[in-house]
Amino acid sequence: MRVYLDYAATSPVKPEVRKAILSYLAQDFGNPSSIHSWGRKARQAIDEAREKLAKLLNCKVEEIIFTAGGTEADNLAIQGLVSKYWENRERFKENGKQYGKQKSEKGKSNFQFPTSKPISNFQELISLPHIITSQFEHHAVLKTCEILEKEKKAKVTYLKPNREGIIEVESVRQAINPNTVLVTIMYVNNEIGTLQPIREIGKMIETENKKRVKEGRGRIYFHTDAVQAVEYFPTDVNYLHVDLLTLAGHKIGAPKGIGALYIRKSTPVSAIIFGGGQEGGYRAGTENVAGIVGLGKAAEIIINEKKTPAKIQKLSEYFIDRILKEIPETELNGSRKYRSPANVNLYFKHIEGESIVLSLDLEQVAVSTGSACTSLALEPSHVILSVFDDPKRAAGSVRFSLGHQTTRQELDFTIGKLKKVIKHLRKISPYGQSGQKRG
Amino acid sequence: MAIESLYNKKVMEHFLKPKNLGEIKNPSGVGRVGNPVCGDVMELYLKIREAKSKKLDEAKIIQAKFKTFGCGAAIASSSMMTEMIKGKNLKQALKISNLAVSEALGGLPPIKRHCSVLAKEALQRAIASYQKNKAD
Repeated sequence: MRVYLDYAATSPVKPEVRKAILSYLAQDFGNPSSIHSWGRKARQAIDEAREKLAKLLNCKVEEIIFTAGGTEADNLAIQGLVSKYWENRERFKENGKQYGKQKSEKGKSNFQFPTSKPISNFQELISLPHIITSQFEHHAVLKTCEILEKEKKAKVTYLKPNREGIIEVESVRQAINPNTVLVTIMYVNNEIGTLQPIREIGKMIETENKKRVKEGRGRIYFHTDAVQAVEYFPTDVNYLHVDLLTLAGHKIGAPKGIGALYIRKSTPVSAIIFGGGQEGGYRAGTENVAGIVGLGKAAEIIINEKKTPAKIQKLSEYFIDRILKEIPETELNGSRKYRSPANVNLYFKHIEGESIVLSLDLEQVAVSTGSACTSLALEPSHVILSVFDDPKRAAGSVRFSLGHQTTRQELDFTIGKLKKVIKHLRKISPYGQSGQKRG
Repeated sequence: MAIESLYNKKVMEHFLKPKNLGEIKNPSGVGRVGNPVCGDVMELYLKIREAKSKKLDEAKIIQAKFKTFGCGAAIASSSMMTEMIKGKNLKQALKISNLAVSEALGGLPPIKRHCSVLAKEALQRAIASYQKNKAD
């Protein structure tokens, strides 16, 4: 038996998706920007995929921008918003005497800062825009924020999650200052699977924005990286009260190299990739037609699917219960209640994660330490460090992520192998075995 | 895909079936290096027999054991190090470089070379603790 429990790293392309894609890799190869029938066929395929995504997110088709994946979508959301902020500020400087009588761009976003009224707080004009995010975001968000800080284009607050692995609404509220332009918090943490209170944060920001609008000040925009959440939690952007939302294809049964960013109408975002003006000018480059078709199909499957999340929930509950009961000195990382049913992240005391992953791999079980992206770096997981401040825990934690094809037999097989591996590695460890008091 | 694209056969052998695993009761010297912050922790235990000449350099390592908290390369490096120093006198043992450990393992991935450095440091510290005991 070979068991794949790394669906949070990537998932196989679903058979229906593969079927939907094939003709766009063969006879229907046209460039969607071409006028002829080949081109029109490709254009139609993209339009249909966009409609499916719009249905999944309950938004308008023109609010969906296809990108080359989740990382690019995160970059577009954050860099694009900050870049637009500076564009508007420059323009405002040029038209300074008119105090905000700037013309809105034709048909495009109407940035509300600087405002239609004289700026009451001069500080707003001379200081950097402020971003609020968390310490345990995906690196696509964290590195982007770090670069903006380094280039002195923005100030960033990195919120610390609580011991349950959750960013509290109150901590976001307290971090807001007059210069805050963006809050970006992930929907489900990719490593420990904890569910963040996105709707509650969204509603809180909306209340704050009402005050700001009354005072004639610019809004705060809200972005969420929903890459790990799409299959298991509500994705209605109006229910969530988000302005920007990131999706990635390969986590939901579409191919790698395709993703999307939802941009709510009149959210000020500039392009970060320039060229032929595809995707409404937000993302230049010939469209990845096959990928887009695949993402559309994957979205359609999620809309129609009702049974899978419950099935996976049951399996992961079973898995967690058995491991905590049968393997001593093991703890679940992150809230048991507020978590993705697909994610089980465990801390095995006294031993190191890579040696567990390696041993399990030899037993034909595929899991990972932290996220796949960090396994090449030597640093212990920034996610677990942010929650527990414990490097030993960060080094000794392993992520098991379940997917559509996961069966109970596979989990039983995994538990058997895991027991053997943990016992062996604890013998090697200087921190001692269960029962011994050392380290 | 075969595991060899990550670690070679020799490394995997020493990882899966480490040699000289465990502790020594009343060791002549102990070296504990690393910390969980950097990722790996290694404990090396030595049993050393004094030379007739009473020269410290000529004292012989008659037994070596280890315990390691770390990745596959760290465990394999510890195991290989204990194999290489057994039967050697202190002067010979100290001449073994971290590169020699890595080479004896058939090479480590570049990102994991520091693991062999850790093994070397553990040995230096264990010998230093023996010498200190003697001096006291």
